[in-house]
Amino acid sequence: MSEAAAVPATPALVPASQPRPVVLLLHRSWRQARTKVGVGMVLLLVGIAVLGPFFAPHSPSAFVGAPFSGPMRHAWLGTDNLGRDVFSRFLWGGRSVLGLALAATAIGLVLGVTIGLFAAYSQAMGDDILMRAMDVILAFPSIVLALVAVATVGPQLWLLVLVVGITTAPRVSRVTRGSSVEIVNRDFIAAAEAIGEPRRKILLGEILPNVASPLLVEASLRLTYSVGLIAALSFLGFGVQPPAADWGLMINENRQGLTVQPWGVVAPVLAIALLTIGTSLIGDGVARASAGIERGGGDE
Amino acid sequence: MVLHGIPGFIVRRLLLGLLTLFLVSIVVFAATQALPGDPARAILGREATPDSLRALRAQLNLNHSAIVQYGDWLKGLLTGNLGTSLAARQPVSQVIGRRIVNSGFLMLLAAVISIPLAIVIGAVTARRRDSKFDHGMSVGLLGLAAMPEFVVAILLVVLLGTTVFQVLPPVSLIPPTDWPWQHMKEMVLPTLTLVIAVTPYISRIMRASMVEVLESEYVEMARLKGMSEHKVLWRHSVPNGIAPTIQVIALNLAYLAGGIVVVEFVFGYPGIGAAFVDAVSNHDIPVVQALAILIAALYVLLNLTADVVTILVSPRLRTSLK
Repeated sequence: MSEAAAVPATPALVPASQPRPVVLLLHRSWRQARTKVGVGMVLLLVGIAVLGPFFAPHSPSAFVGAPFSGPMRHAWLGTDNLGRDVFSRFLWGGRSVLGLALAATAIGLVLGVTIGLFAAYSQAMGDDILMRAMDVILAFPSIVLALVAVATVGPQLWLLVLVVGITTAPRVSRVTRGSSVEIVNRDFIAAAEAIGEPRRKILLGEILPNVASPLLVEASLRLTYSVGLIAALSFLGFGVQPPAADWGLMINENRQGLTVQPWGVVAPVLAIALLTIGTSLIGDGVARASAGIERGGGDE
Repeated sequence: MVLHGIPGFIVRRLLLGLLTLFLVSIVVFAATQALPGDPARAILGREATPDSLRALRAQLNLNHSAIVQYGDWLKGLLTGNLGTSLAARQPVSQVIGRRIVNSGFLMLLAAVISIPLAIVIGAVTARRRDSKFDHGMSVGLLGLAAMPEFVVAILLVVLLGTTVFQVLPPVSLIPPTDWPWQHMKEMVLPTLTLVIAVTPYISRIMRASMVEVLESEYVEMARLKGMSEHKVLWRHSVPNGIAPTIQVIALNLAYLAGGIVVVEFVFGYPGIGAAFVDAVSNHDIPVVQALAILIAALYVLLNLTADVVTILVSPRLRTSLK
């Protein structure tokens, strides 16, 4: 509670001497049990995705037995629809899901933050036009927009990353705009304008640090969503293409053998489930900590 | 004439909805123009012959400029002529007609179950705020909401359909001559998946709204009058807690429109979602366009309804418009 007294009751601005709000927020978030559990789950899955391939007993494309064989000595989780080792493919299959989802989220964040900041700062006309454009994108469920793009261009990975990024942007821009609109009219922005700071510096140096907390919450939410969407697109057959090892694609390939050899489906399904639950727990922990700071109150 | 008050609001909201739909139609149309090179060749692929190319170009109206094509397509859309499916070689309306009913029934089932369920969960967790039960539900619902629908669907299939228990059919194939309500057992898993996808969000907002209501003075007053806690909660608090939740309910019903795409594919359920995935695989552009517009229209319509209903049920907003 000793720190709570130092926290201002208004949404934290950035006085030079105090710890930056983001640092304080991360510190507070870590005290939530759910954040720790979430971080644990995400670290486990990221560890499997990044380091897994080094420990894979077989090549992901090697045939080690008859299709859909159950677990055995040299294939702990049995074989897949073509007779490849499920365990090795599982260890290889996380990189694409994670990498594509991270790339898409990064694009969405950069686009969304840029649009949101410009909308808030330009106000009037610019604001209206930018936000209406975002509404149009929001009029589609993300997966529908992604599928329309795939239907025309074909299942290209750059396209998926781009489309998922574009559908992420409107939500990010709404959050950015919503929390920066009130800051734009504060005195310190007028002061920065008066001393002739360039616009880019005002947007990134003065406004952005003040909206970092809600953005952090939104970013974790968007990452959860991107992982789900990218995996779903691979599952539908429009994402990562065979013969690559990918969790989403594995589920699709091994679905027909579900009754005889469930591991080919269950392992990647559990991995995606744990990964999304983990990122979402972290986001919730940060959101709770952020709400606590804004109320100026205790830890919960 | 400038309209004021509620009619004015509804008219303005309606116009905004129409504008959004118009822009959406441009986006959908423009996306299909992005085909690199000759669309007819891209669609036909290696089977292309000069004759089939010419026929398809005529069918897709490719011999005119993009603006004329768009105008014709929009006119068809408005008069109910959705074009001809390239894969089925039938009018699009015929291909998707019965599937709309199937998808509608699935979404209706999911909505009818998840809305009351979410309201009850929200009310009870708000009433027992900060109890073990509340915390447990919060983490549990968070976890369920985090998982993508296809993961939930497959976990349900493994749990109840194929591997752990074998009590429910793992696929929901419905013969084309039957209506889905003649096969309720096949409906259970797809419906349950959608219920799991939307209930957590609604109950979360309902809980937040109920927490505020339960702290209000009129609830205190009702308690002081000696009213039973049961009656205070269900008769006086819940109806007031629902109003701010309507927007989220509508948003989540709109979310179902996207959710059915993956869920129908997993269960092989013959609705528009599965048809959409098929059309994408087959490069069946007219069907893709029609279904994308249909889903977006549903989305816009539900959002519009939510805005109007929210205005109608909240006295404070209603008077502020006068």
